[in-house]
Amino acid sequence: MTIKEIQQGIIDDFSMFDDWMDRYAMLIEMGKECPIIDEQYRNDQYLINGCQSRVWLHAELKDGKVYYTADSDAVITKGIINLLIKVFSGQTPEDILSADLSFLDEIGLKEHLSPTRSNGLLSMLKQMLLYAEAFAASTK
Amino acid sequence: MDINEIRKQFPVLDQQVYGKPLVYLDNAATTQKPLCVIERERDYYLHENCNIHRGVHYLSQMATEAYENARKTVARFINAPESHEIVFTRGTTESLNLLATSLGMLFFDGYRASIPSGCDDHGLSASPSGDASSVGRNDSIKILITAMEHHSNLVPWQQMVQRHGGELLVVPMDDNGVLDIQAYEELLKQRPQIVTMAHVSNTLATVNPIKEMIRLAHQYGALAVVDGAQSMAHLPIDVQDLDCDFFVFSGHKMYAPMGIGGLYGKTEWLEKMPPYQFGGEMVDTVSFEKTTFNKLPFKFEAGTPNVGAALGLETAINFIESFDRQEVAKHEDALLAAAIEGLSKIDGIRFIGQAPERSGLVSFIIDGIHPYDLGTIIDKMGVAVRTGHHCAEPVMTRFGIPGTVRASFAMYNTMEEVEVLVKAVTRASNMLR
Ligand SMILES: Cc1ncc(COP(=O)(O)O)c(C=O)c1O
Repeated sequence: MTIKEIQQGIIDDFSMFDDWMDRYAMLIEMGKECPIIDEQYRNDQYLINGCQSRVWLHAELKDGKVYYTADSDAVITKGIINLLIKVFSGQTPEDILSADLSFLDEIGLKEHLSPTRSNGLLSMLKQMLLYAEAFAASTK
Repeated sequence: MDINEIRKQFPVLDQQVYGKPLVYLDNAATTQKPLCVIERERDYYLHENCNIHRGVHYLSQMATEAYENARKTVARFINAPESHEIVFTRGTTESLNLLATSLGMLFFDGYRASIPSGCDDHGLSASPSGDASSVGRNDSIKILITAMEHHSNLVPWQQMVQRHGGELLVVPMDDNGVLDIQAYEELLKQRPQIVTMAHVSNTLATVNPIKEMIRLAHQYGALAVVDGAQSMAHLPIDVQDLDCDFFVFSGHKMYAPMGIGGLYGKTEWLEKMPPYQFGGEMVDTVSFEKTTFNKLPFKFEAGTPNVGAALGLETAINFIESFDRQEVAKHEDALLAAAIEGLSKIDGIRFIGQAPERSGLVSFIIDGIHPYDLGTIIDKMGVAVRTGHHCAEPVMTRFGIPGTVRASFAMYNTMEEVEVLVKAVTRASNMLR
């Protein structure tokens, strides 16, 4: 599936719920299903400090595609990470770098990625893109 | 005491967030402002705005008088003997930085040598004494703080001892968040020059036995500083009865505007202390060779002060005093007790800070749930609390937790709001498990 198709799927999933409680319940479920970072990477080198919640992120390139794993001590943060991982994992670095992220707006989660939220998500998103950039450069 | 009437004074409380009535329980961070305070500041800009202490013209004289009256009101409120013992600052943090910097110079830079003997009201001569540099680092410098201090009452002192070469001593506390007074006395035997402590902890709610701690500090020859950021709005303050050497506070945590606060200091010490910011009204005479400084309190108020906010602070004090303060305290204690009782029914809850004497707030975590998650969910239910380390990271380290959820109360909070808090936390914790 393309990034666009995956994003549309997520928008459809979220639009089934009118109530924000159900949306958060879904996010919490997604947090519990996040592809967890291998224990060897769960250290300071892969830590993204977001003041309130900590996030660990790792990525690798397989057959020209990027695969992310992550973890966070806050489950809502982890749910949003998983959302982004669902969108980005298994895509080429080029597609990741050119992706449009307005779907976060549509599902009402953009506020979590605002610079004033001290949850580490924005830095994590930047880090995901940095990985993609590094992989793109290394395969040129 | 009619809470509904009080709430009418606070229009900001009457709003919906995410379609739910706002339940504002982040008062330890900042309280809301009553209409009278907002109007006082507005009125100042509408009719009185002027730079003070300098003009011969009518408005300037009026504004100067109003500003100096505000100082008198603050002095009266905390029972300071003299109004020149009140220095207006931006708040607690600035007051503590002033103290750490100025006392650092006084004690450790040989500044003493530059104080003219028989130093009178006209303050210090700032002409270089020549021997300030020769005093150098002093290994016997010790500042005693407590394990529960806000970063604002930790970092300035830490930087001060690092700059001058010395040591920060820390009074430990037990698992309930009660200071170990025996350990305190032992540490005093190391002869710290300054002891500084929170009156009320902003994370643990502990009311520290400051009067006894001040007495002990003096017994061992130390100066005593009290951080009153969390106590001014809730407890009566009498600096003469406490006998503290310095007391600092923020207006915005006591129904006053942001950007104003104060430092009380005993005349004896304020006179000895060198100014730490220079320029503007704080000087007496200036030439290229030499400057002499203005008298107290002006020598510590460099530059144009926040006059409008100072007038707002005066109005906030009058507002607080328009109620029976004991009745207000009783109401706030009842809110706190109800919150603790309601929350204690939640599975896995752990209260951080269980001192016998607490004021104004409750801090907690729930097993297996990150405070950030809990705060995010209850925010959606309209409940505003604070999550995180509350600018007291060493306290979190002490308890081995990433942060807490903190609900803090003001006079305008209601029992219904406490019920909403308890319901919201219960529901969120069920969701998050
Ligand atoms: C105990 C304590 N000290 C100091 C401060 C700092 O106050 P301000 O930010 O108003 O300078 C606070 C504010 O949170 C506090 O609670």
